[in-house]
Amino acid sequence: MCGASMKQGIYTIVEHKALTKDVYRMVLAGDTSAMTMPGQFVEISLPGFFLRRPISVCDYDEKTITLIYKVVGQGTDAMAKMKEGETMDMLTGLGHGFGVEKSGDTPLLVGGGVGVPPLFNLAKKLIAAGKKPTVILGFNRAEEIFYAREFEELGASVIVTTVDGSEGVKGFVTDALPPLFSFVYSCGPMPMLRALYRAAQGTAGEFSLEERMGCGFGACMGCSIMTKEGSRRVCKDGPVFDKEVLEWQI
Amino acid sequence: MADLKVTLSGLELDNPLIPASGTFGYGYEFAELYDINMLGSFSFKGTTLEPRFGSPTPRFAETPSCRINAVRMQNPGIDRVISEELPRLKKVFHKKVVANIGGFSVEEYAECCARIDKEEQVGIIEVNVSCPNVHNGCMSFGTDPLGVSAVTKAVKAVTTKPVYVKLSPNVTDIVPIAAAAAEAGADGISLINTLLGMRIDLRTRKPVIANRMGGFSGSAILPVALRMVYQVYEAVKLPIIGMGGVTSARDVVEMMLAGATAVEIGAANLVDPWACPKILADLPRVMEQYGITSLKDIIGGAH
Ligand SMILES: Cc1cc2nc3c(=O)[nH]c(=O)nc-3n(C[C@H](O)[C@H](O)[C@H](O)COP(=O)(O)OP(=O)(O)OC[C@H]3O[C@@H](n4cnc5c(N)ncnc54)[C@H](O)[C@@H]3O)c2cc1C
Ligand SMILES: Cc1cc2nc3c(=O)[nH]c(=O)nc-3n(C[C@H](O)[C@H](O)[C@H](O)COP(=O)(O)O)c2cc1C
Ligand code: FES
Repeated sequence: MCGASMKQGIYTIVEHKALTKDVYRMVLAGDTSAMTMPGQFVEISLPGFFLRRPISVCDYDEKTITLIYKVVGQGTDAMAKMKEGETMDMLTGLGHGFGVEKSGDTPLLVGGGVGVPPLFNLAKKLIAAGKKPTVILGFNRAEEIFYAREFEELGASVIVTTVDGSEGVKGFVTDALPPLFSFVYSCGPMPMLRALYRAAQGTAGEFSLEERMGCGFGACMGCSIMTKEGSRRVCKDGPVFDKEVLEWQI
Repeated sequence: MADLKVTLSGLELDNPLIPASGTFGYGYEFAELYDINMLGSFSFKGTTLEPRFGSPTPRFAETPSCRINAVRMQNPGIDRVISEELPRLKKVFHKKVVANIGGFSVEEYAECCARIDKEEQVGIIEVNVSCPNVHNGCMSFGTDPLGVSAVTKAVKAVTTKPVYVKLSPNVTDIVPIAAAAAEAGADGISLINTLLGMRIDLRTRKPVIANRMGGFSGSAILPVALRMVYQVYEAVKLPIIGMGGVTSARDVVEMMLAGATAVEIGAANLVDPWACPKILADLPRVMEQYGITSLKDIIGGAH
């Protein structure tokens, strides 16, 4: 499973800015030693909220953690109001992430909406390992697009899709699949993962799932899902799973 | 030197802290973080005869000081707990555990307890009577003195281990329920389980949790828990494991003054996985502040 165990720490917001109307990027400084693989997540404690909020790690280095989040409710709204210099209590190094070593030479990375962030550090690691990743980023419309340029700057081939065709390929991520790829990594809404599962049958892959969490580190069983190998906790056994282990009602 | 030792039905604990059932799994997640042998004991995830898988999602809601959850007794079943979880646990926890047992009929409780009775790692059996009785309109066993009595008697008949009956707070009067457990032969009382609560989403105008209602716990319930522990201490002469909303060393002392011999800590572990070691480290300081040399001396001190 994950090598180092999670840590709790106080992190200082060193950069906080809007990427789109309701998607923000937050860079936090603090202890990043608990993170061992791309696709892991943090659990953020927010004043006035009992449950911590899970957010994927978009990128990290020795000193900082980058998160990208969308305002969807009260907790993320409170986050959006926080200022640079303020601090947050977070659990870091949570979950079992993407297996970089499984990629083959030409992996495909598919992200939908706020499923895009965890693929960033993955793409970085794949490129560092000499792989040639293709990244498909799916959004509803042009105004929602974020991070396409950042992925390009890493050296990945990037394809953007929008449902309304206002930018890039018109349609869903599955309308832009390359003819050949060695492995598929994905994170995004369930309908997208389901369509991708159907479209990518025959190629191995890993999908990152989302579930509501009651702790984030495997203690409460509240995020359990049924898989072909029995009950699994999204927070501890996942969020990244071998796609063939998941139950697909197709 | 502050003396933290307490004794529950002959079982000596180094300190009164016991992580509460359902918030500590079978221990290993926490054993990765700290040496869980520093704890008095811990109560493992509520276990039933058959494996059980979770309820529909969303399973959680919250307020600023509590959580509401409907995780509904998810567990791998008693046989796998005995064959897999306990042997794994033995490697990381060298003290006796509290075996938390659930059931949906009197027979199921008895069968489960009979099977776990042979396990030497189990120090105490904690019988969770908040489960719905499938033979009685799914009303919780714990809301009816007859139900509590029947479960307690059936369990006592099949085990030699101390049996602590874990009561539900969702009753008009906790005293006759505790008395029924005592008369039926319980060795101790554990309380409180979660209160029944709900939240409603203003946008959808529907309950937030898929099961509509869920068990609510966290610091918000401390006053209710203290009141019930206090009442039960007056009414029955049995040791009490007190719990509900305990998040600090001060809360532990308060719970013991109300009448608890040991104290379980639940939701706090899920917010801060290091909650128990932090509370333990702070206990001697709080004891000194209030002139307490031995925790044993303060049990029921508020009466
Ligand atoms: C492993 C994981 C990684 C995630 N990574 C990201 C990310 O990188 N960027 C991002 O924008 N979002 C991410 N999410 C989703 C994010 O957790 C939710 O959008 C957020 O918790 C909503 O909180 P809220 O208080 O604003 O919403 P509310 O609806 O007010 O929240 C109520 C409760 O439901 C939970 N909740 C609501 N929506 C979700 C959801 N979709 N998934 C899980 N819990 C939810 C909240 O945590 C809270 O406990 C991730 C979720 C998981 C499980
Ligand atoms: C996620 C969760 C799961 C629980 N599961 C069980 C259980 O299986 N059996 C049981 O007797 N109590 C269970 N409880 C109740 C707790 O053991 C405890 O009685 C209650 O939460 C009150 O304590 P607290 O306020 O410290 O959490 C659970 C509580 C929570 C929060
Ligand atoms: S959220 Fe508690 S086990 Fe996954």
